Amino acid sequence: MEEKYIKHRYEPILPSKDEWPVVKLARERKDFVKKVSEKAQRRILHQTANIPEILKEELETTLYREKLRVKQNPWVVDPDDDAEFWGKVKASLLHISQENKLSDAQRMKEYREILESITTRYAEEIASNFKHQHYKFIRSVVTFGFARLLNAARVKGFKSIFSNQYSLQDKIQITGETDQLRDLATKGTIVMVPTHFSNLDSILIGWIISVLGLPPFIYGAGLNLFNISIFAYFMDALGAYKVDRRKKNLVYLETLKTYSKEAIQFGCHSLFFPGGTRSRSGMIESKLKLGLLSTAIEAQRNNYQHGHDDLHGKVFIVPVTINYHFVLEAPSLIRDYLSITGQERYYKENDEFSTSYKISKFLIKFFTKGSDISVSVGKAMDVLGNFVNENGESIDQHGRVINPKHYFMSNGEVNIDPQREEEYTQMLGKRIVEEFHRINRVFSSHLVAFTAFEMIQAKNSKLDLFDLIRLPEEEISIDYQEFKAACQRVYDEIMRLREQGKIKIAPHMKQGMDEIIAHGLDNVGMYHAKRPLIRNKEGKIVTEDMSLLYFYHNRLHGYGLEKLF
Amino acid sequence: MDMDSKNSSNQAVIGVVGVGSFGTVIANMLAEKNQVLVYARKEEVVQEINEFHRAQNREFEASIRATHDPEELCTRCQTIFFMVPSSGFQEVARKFAPFLQPYHLVIHGTKGLCLDLPEGKDLDSVKSINRNRILTMSEVLQKETVAVRVGCLAGPNISKELALSQPAATVIASKFNEVILEGQRLLRTERFQVYGNSDIIGVELSGVLKNIIAIAAGALAGLGLGENAKGLLISRGMVEMVHLSKALGGSVKSIFGLAGVGDLVTTCNSVNSRNFTVGYRLAKGEKLASILEDMEEVAEGINTVKIIKGFLESADLRAPITENLYRVLFEELGIEEALQFLMKYPFNVDVDFV
Repeated sequence: MEEKYIKHRYEPILPSKDEWPVVKLARERKDFVKKVSEKAQRRILHQTANIPEILKEELETTLYREKLRVKQNPWVVDPDDDAEFWGKVKASLLHISQENKLSDAQRMKEYREILESITTRYAEEIASNFKHQHYKFIRSVVTFGFARLLNAARVKGFKSIFSNQYSLQDKIQITGETDQLRDLATKGTIVMVPTHFSNLDSILIGWIISVLGLPPFIYGAGLNLFNISIFAYFMDALGAYKVDRRKKNLVYLETLKTYSKEAIQFGCHSLFFPGGTRSRSGMIESKLKLGLLSTAIEAQRNNYQHGHDDLHGKVFIVPVTINYHFVLEAPSLIRDYLSITGQERYYKENDEFSTSYKISKFLIKFFTKGSDISVSVGKAMDVLGNFVNENGESIDQHGRVINPKHYFMSNGEVNIDPQREEEYTQMLGKRIVEEFHRINRVFSSHLVAFTAFEMIQAKNSKLDLFDLIRLPEEEISIDYQEFKAACQRVYDEIMRLREQGKIKIAPHMKQGMDEIIAHGLDNVGMYHAKRPLIRNKEGKIVTEDMSLLYFYHNRLHGYGLEKLF
Repeated sequence: MDMDSKNSSNQAVIGVVGVGSFGTVIANMLAEKNQVLVYARKEEVVQEINEFHRAQNREFEASIRATHDPEELCTRCQTIFFMVPSSGFQEVARKFAPFLQPYHLVIHGTKGLCLDLPEGKDLDSVKSINRNRILTMSEVLQKETVAVRVGCLAGPNISKELALSQPAATVIASKFNEVILEGQRLLRTERFQVYGNSDIIGVELSGVLKNIIAIAAGALAGLGLGENAKGLLISRGMVEMVHLSKALGGSVKSIFGLAGVGDLVTTCNSVNSRNFTVGYRLAKGEKLASILEDMEEVAEGINTVKIIKGFLESADLRAPITENLYRVLFEELGIEEALQFLMKYPFNVDVDFV
């Protein structure tokens, strides 16, 4: 099963769009936004212990940061009245503090009104704008348009543009526990957590969800992506809600978390990139952003608390890895990672996805040349990271059916214990990282990049990473036979890990080592102006860009393969 | 949850697994405020406790009931104390695993380590041991059972003194506040203080590592050395504990707490403790095998020395006291020679970890 690619289109699990949770949510958008705003207010009031002074401080901090953002880091998507709105907040705050006749209760009331205006604004901004018509349109554009491009490039002859020999699924291979995912999506609520290497992931995952016959998932996409009109259209159509990483104030974060939690409780399948942003280093995420993940746990506990004990109220976590030979943004990502100034408060949006033109160019390249992508869907887990059986029941490490509700119980009752749930979130994060490694698929390009970089590092063992990256590329060359032997060693170890179920490999890895290396060299970072790894005229293995080589090498970080060198 | 137990009395039943000296003391302390059900492996011990409130020369509070059925204990109790030696811990955890549920709070009081080795391997057949092969007791519980809300009990708690209700204190460590609070609620009395610590690994390691130093303290006493030597050992021993604990994933802070320094000082001064006795008798010229023969309960320190030695082989770290103790215990190095070696060892920086 593992190696078999899923090539047929699945029947939709919910044929009528009216049954799609995301459509229901869109229909009730107004009420939903209101509910999110109210619940977020309650959370914030709870956190500020209902004390006017503390609430005032939070509001002032929020105001300060927002004014700074408006001034220093405005984006195209920002509403025109941003400055005006925060000006009003400022005036109101000033008014309350000058009004010294007010009683505590009155002051609290006024602060709460300000809070309400902010959370409502935020909730409105975050909420997705799913439109079914757009969704249908996008889906057909992606499938039809790209299939045409693909066939034009691959099938020779005049009629190639009308050929159906290749479909998008030849390009993007889906493997793993897809049947389980489809099945559970009809029973409970799915929270999909994919690895994140490229901005393309958002669209890719949206397409995969549709290929699998699943109703659209809602997901948080960086607001920066909405700056670009083509992305904004895609995202809205795919049910994305907006996450603005510039806003780090309590009020915003609580509103965002409330939105996510409420949507899960609503029964909307959701998708988080738990790494937060794209992996800068090219490594599989090892530290996850736990904020949104905690909302899955909270939603689950809430469902239990409200007596939704059946499968319908169950939240399933499904890890997914997306594997590329080539990450378009690799040069800027690794630059970010390596530069000390990567600690900037707002990172700059000047990468390869900055304009619609560049994206279109990339997409055409991508579909006309032979770089494949594979997506592996992992086994579903409950919110504590236990696997679930065919009935969706959680099982413990010995295969016994257990009730996850018991994790939230104390003295026979479900209770709220934020500290406990924080720990659970950490535990879930760890489990997701474990699963990422397990379902990660090794490509030939990962193998060659890893081996080459480790060989270079071993030869320059006195240099630290930064000096190593700065080595003049002309001075680096590896003898092919040596390289081949080292690749074989890494390969053998990978196969050993695979036997233990700790990693997976792509089918193109089952050839002779010469073929694997040739395939890897052809594909590793294939569209970069400077190639991370090539074979030169003398037959030696050389690099044109050490930091890119490091980036692609990192994909196999975390398996202890370094000890082979 | 068992409804009967709830109805028969409003009070929750607290479970204690293991009726060794420490287990018995804890059961008796718990019984002051709660209904207690203890688990013993042997049926005759269970009978004795239920009929005579006394077994293996240990007195039990009259209200304490005993069972040899893990299922009964798990269904009747929501909070369970595991008080079994590390050598049997994995087995007991596996025995209880089918009946433990995620709602259970489990607190253990075992100061030892377990190994998770590939099949067919044991401690004597592997040279070096990676951290991921070494399990603290809370890690054993999490690996073998579905219980996640686990905690540990550690500190200077000599069973005999506790049995006499002399004033003392302990640490409950857990990542979960609710476990700490529950432990405090159950154990705290006018004569027994209970501290909380969230660094469970650090607290477990403190309790484990101090046993090594305790053996060395016994050896010094056996050689007839005085208080200067003991002060030297305790301070150097603490430094070694800090480095080892850090390398194994504990926080330095916990070493300075009750479960670290507190327990270390107590154990190095308690001539009746098992680890101390092992060292003492070694110094008097006895062989390890003959010492072990007539010890009633395990001296955890011996196993710990072995495991830590294996860990040192895999880590870039020196631990002179542990290394030399290993050679004394298993490679027939004389105590005098080991002491000589330590005195010459070039660790002349007093404090290098803060």
